[in-house]
Amino acid sequence: MSAALKLADATRRSVALEVRGVSHAFDLGGKHLPVLDNIDLSVAPGEFVALLGPSGCGKSTLLRLVAGLEQPNTGTLLEDGAPILSPDPSRILVFQDPTLFPWRTVWKNVAVGLEARGLLPAQKQRVADALSLVRLEAFAHAYPHQLSGGMAQRAALARALVNDPHLLLLDEPLGKLDSLTRLAMQNELLSLWQKVGFTALLVTHDVEEALLLADRVIVLSDRPARIVTEFRIEQPRPRRRDDSDLVHLRQTILATLGPIHD
Amino acid sequence: MSDIAQGGAVRTVASVPIWRDGLVAAAAWLVAAAVSVATPDVVPWGSTQLWAEILTGGAVLLLVLSGTVQWLGRVGRVIVHYGPWLIALGVWFAVWEVVTAKTGWLPKPFFSPPQGLLHVYLVDTTRLGLCVLFSLRLWAYGFGSGVIAGFLVGVALGWSKRFAYWGMPLLKLIGPVPATAWIPCMFFILPTTFSASVFLVALASGIPVAILTASGVGSVNRAYYDVARTLGASERFLVWKVAVPASLPHVFVGLFMGLYYSFAVLVVAEMLGAKYGLGWYLQFQTGYSAYANVYATLVIMALLTSGLVKLLFVTRDRMLSWQKGII
Repeated sequence: MSAALKLADATRRSVALEVRGVSHAFDLGGKHLPVLDNIDLSVAPGEFVALLGPSGCGKSTLLRLVAGLEQPNTGTLLEDGAPILSPDPSRILVFQDPTLFPWRTVWKNVAVGLEARGLLPAQKQRVADALSLVRLEAFAHAYPHQLSGGMAQRAALARALVNDPHLLLLDEPLGKLDSLTRLAMQNELLSLWQKVGFTALLVTHDVEEALLLADRVIVLSDRPARIVTEFRIEQPRPRRRDDSDLVHLRQTILATLGPIHD
Repeated sequence: MSDIAQGGAVRTVASVPIWRDGLVAAAAWLVAAAVSVATPDVVPWGSTQLWAEILTGGAVLLLVLSGTVQWLGRVGRVIVHYGPWLIALGVWFAVWEVVTAKTGWLPKPFFSPPQGLLHVYLVDTTRLGLCVLFSLRLWAYGFGSGVIAGFLVGVALGWSKRFAYWGMPLLKLIGPVPATAWIPCMFFILPTTFSASVFLVALASGIPVAILTASGVGSVNRAYYDVARTLGASERFLVWKVAVPASLPHVFVGLFMGLYYSFAVLVVAEMLGAKYGLGWYLQFQTGYSAYANVYATLVIMALLTSGLVKLLFVTRDRMLSWQKGII
């Protein structure tokens, strides 16, 4: 417990994210495929924002741009006022697939960020702290193929959190889990966010998940994605699925998304 | 049903469990020994007496094992597993003895009975030992340098677009040429026949390693790179800690191919240019129609090469233990 708290104290930092006039398109065999259309978005430090939209609308592309894995065709992305030009361990992307390195044990997977930056010898303790944060201490020396889907995704979260990310980018991280594991992981994600205090940007196409977790839900259109509308959710956490306001909001959002929503 | 129950009962009644295959094998080996000394060889081969003694020793050992094998634990289980093979071996020794030494149906000098091979090992021990060492030295230099070079070239081809632009056409053009085709020019171009032989073995083992490593590095899941880059990985880290471990299963396929090619080229190179080595020994003894020596060498080669293949399997299983459950 104290280990987890130590990590939390050290990382109670978060950043503001600014997305200004970002448009992006892919070139698919000479065909111009616009995916993002003039996106403007501000996220306050420590805020939890959910991006909601039909599948394939370009939500993941927006996260890749924020992560710095790609540069937008037009527009700028700013992290605390500084332009995002390349990937940086302060902004970490967690994918729908855990994408753990199968040749590394859980411990070594979690240690990868520290190892890549040459910090591992001095900060081994942080790996253990991150593992205890997601309750995987007992599986430190297991290989990824020995983990269940939920455990693998928790390991992926630990691999992100060990780097003190100020901004955690979650690309449908619970999308492939079974519904029970998914419910448990939603609570877990929420408590990690509350404990660690990072800014979170969650891409999902599960309306309920967005409503349970986020301070603000931003609804995107079908491709090319534009911001259609946004909802601020004031209900205190932990929220109840059957809260009448949330149920009402859910219906409103589903109506906005229209029949294309899956 | 009742038969099975009865069989089980009989076995539990016996105070000392007997390994039946062991008894049969002991009998087969004893028969082989008897056949070896019962009638004189059609033509003298030498060491016939010793061969019969070795077979008898084997038969006695098998007889002892028949009663004791169940107390030997893991080793014992392995021995029991190979029981049918031990029987077949005894039968094979007896048949081999009859068709060669005892009837001359397979004639000297082209065929040899087992005691002929035994005689070669006893008489030519030093020279054979030297040949083994020379072959191993050539193989180690050639395979070692070939694999290292092939691996590095493969990583560069798979990683760097510019390197692949220049290197891939060359590899595609030169790769399919059998390494042995380079023999005529290499023996002139390189200063010594030994360095030429090393180069040929290296070429034979390096090319499949290079091709498979390149395809392995090229087919790594892009998401691994994305993850590593967001975690702060440098290009160097991406190559050595992501691309290389991810492509190791491919690299090992290349290593196995290279290993088999290296044996083939090694023997040919030794036959043509060496002063020692198993390939040279084969060639030299064939010239004297000493086929017993040839067979004796083939047995050594079989043991050496299968031993090296086994070694590579063990290495692979250790390095790729993380794959269990994936494949």
